[in-house]
Amino acid sequence: MKIHEYQAKQVLREAGVPVPRGMVADTPQGVVNAFNALGGELAVVKAQIHAGGRGKGTIKENPEQHGVQLVRNTEEAARAASAILGHTLVTVQTGPQGQVVRRVLVEEGCRIANELYVGIVVDRGAARPVLVASSQGGMEIEQVAVTSPESIFRESFHPDAGLASYQARKLARRLGLSAAASRRAEPFLKNLCRVFVQRDCSLLEINPLVVTADEELLALDAKMTFDDNALFRHPDLLAFRDLAEEQPAEIRAAEEGLSYVKLDGTIGCLVNGAGLAMSTMDLIQLHGGQPANFLDVGGGANVHQVTEAFRILLGDSNVRAVLVNIFGGIMRCTTIAEAILAAYRAVGFHVPLVVRLEGTEVEQGRKILAESGLQIITADSLTDAARKVVAAAAG
Amino acid sequence: MSILVHRETRVICQGITGKAGQFHTRQCLEYGTRVVGGVTPGRGGETVEGVPVFDTVEEAVAKTGADATMIFVPPAFAADAILEAADAGIRLIVAITEGIPVLDMVRVADVIRRSSSVLIGPNCPGIITPGECKIGIMPGYIHRRGPVGVISRSGTLTYEAVWQLTQLGLGQSTCVGLGGDPIVGTSFVDLLRWFADDPETEAVLLIGEIGGTAEEEAAAYVRDSFRKPVAAFIAGRTAPPGKRMGHAGAIIAGGKGSAAEKIAALQAAGIVIAESPADMGAAVQRAMAGAGAA
Repeated sequence: MKIHEYQAKQVLREAGVPVPRGMVADTPQGVVNAFNALGGELAVVKAQIHAGGRGKGTIKENPEQHGVQLVRNTEEAARAASAILGHTLVTVQTGPQGQVVRRVLVEEGCRIANELYVGIVVDRGAARPVLVASSQGGMEIEQVAVTSPESIFRESFHPDAGLASYQARKLARRLGLSAAASRRAEPFLKNLCRVFVQRDCSLLEINPLVVTADEELLALDAKMTFDDNALFRHPDLLAFRDLAEEQPAEIRAAEEGLSYVKLDGTIGCLVNGAGLAMSTMDLIQLHGGQPANFLDVGGGANVHQVTEAFRILLGDSNVRAVLVNIFGGIMRCTTIAEAILAAYRAVGFHVPLVVRLEGTEVEQGRKILAESGLQIITADSLTDAARKVVAAAAG
Repeated sequence: MSILVHRETRVICQGITGKAGQFHTRQCLEYGTRVVGGVTPGRGGETVEGVPVFDTVEEAVAKTGADATMIFVPPAFAADAILEAADAGIRLIVAITEGIPVLDMVRVADVIRRSSSVLIGPNCPGIITPGECKIGIMPGYIHRRGPVGVISRSGTLTYEAVWQLTQLGLGQSTCVGLGGDPIVGTSFVDLLRWFADDPETEAVLLIGEIGGTAEEEAAAYVRDSFRKPVAAFIAGRTAPPGKRMGHAGAIIAGGKGSAAEKIAALQAAGIVIAESPADMGAAVQRAMAGAGAA
């Protein structure tokens, strides 16, 4: 689960990680009030959407306007607020359609002496959380890894031990911090690692981590993502979920126990199993089509789930044909075939449906489909299914 | 021969009184697996599918001589179940449960690494040596005994591959599902090492997917040290970055873990690539024919 920068900063502040003073606003007047409350001098107005790249991103209706704006007086604050709030921000991560900005974070400015990077993720190979730090703050860490890998330092830690003091000192030294800044880096980095573990984060990124002219450390930006599988033990975090930032179809799918990701193509896919679902998308593309989605109905795939899955697929106006690809294992093909028929009748299909069944009781399953009298195109192999659905979507 | 499991393997099921645990215990028994007991805390003394239920793994091991376990315990308690199995000295732990928090698995991996246990999964279909022992949720009948070792991060995609192999007359020595989570107990490389030492295994099929670097590590190992023919398929060529494709581990993050990178690494190691999921069985045939000609 992703959250907004202002929410991440609230979590950090509570954990003793220093962040700039700031206030959230959703109207231009609110932004002006926040600007005045913060002291009425220099402030930054930052669009709050879940995607990154906001500073370089531009407002769709007004490409001169970026998602992050420095303001020096109430007029500028009001102007920036009007230019950003309610408008669509397009960044490298939003895709060309962009994301509507519903809130901005207004923060006091600070005197920046140096910009660093720190991020925490779980290193899969080492099976440990790892703190990644770089002296090249403000840049994408993936970019730094290519251009100056020597400026990236890593320290892994056990979740129950946290980052050791010596590891923090080592990092501070390698990052070239002054004695005063190093003293502050130790609690800063240790607290950051503690938050990561306590909240079951999958990503916690501070970019940039700023060293101010007074040698204070400040999390100028914050990105925090939580492990969905661990949310059951953090009911308080669920309040941070912003459904407006998510695809409505993906929300509905999740409620039905389906795993769905919307894509831009014209062929809807319904598959059991994540690996087979991904491969089905690949197969469609290999045969000249474009998948409209990833959809895994999981191991169960009962009538209710298949019906809801069809509704979600057909709710996408780009969809020109649907491919059902099921490998019946423990789940019998006859059960699946009955579910497909019931769902087909329930939703009122208006595009061609291609079904490929394989596995347990496949012959009886195919027979059920063939004898249904419904306009279902059956396929007897993966390749046959892909060819038929691509042709159906084109025709 | 085979790897890890065979007809002598004695299996218990942790979570045997749950719906999935009971169902798959029955399926495994019907396949011929020697399921000798089950564990559910507080339910000791009961009998499920004709096998005794114990309160603890320690007791189950003492009473049944079990050396393997399959775990169907719900995600919130699954890490504890794995640790209990390792503590009881179980040699092979197969965790089927999906949805275990990543940091729980960090703690588990730390313990497993220092133990004598092998952990397969979590979030996996399990392991099968056709005709001898099935520990997991895969349909048994699609398999056939033979020379191909199968290692996969996926479930139904593995069934698809196995079915293709069986249709082509290529049986399997042992098939292992590694699991779709970011942290799993056993890697491609671990299994390749075991398959290297198994005289029955003549070729290996690797089924990978986007996310992480496990396939790249497998490629490096094959290039440097593995002398049997290998074919591979990678799922997710069309997956967009930053989106989790069902499996918690199937995500292209920070520009890393794309299918293209993995395929390039595998190809560079001389591994035969299946271009389409319909081509997995045939790719194994090509790999074996190529090795025969060389």
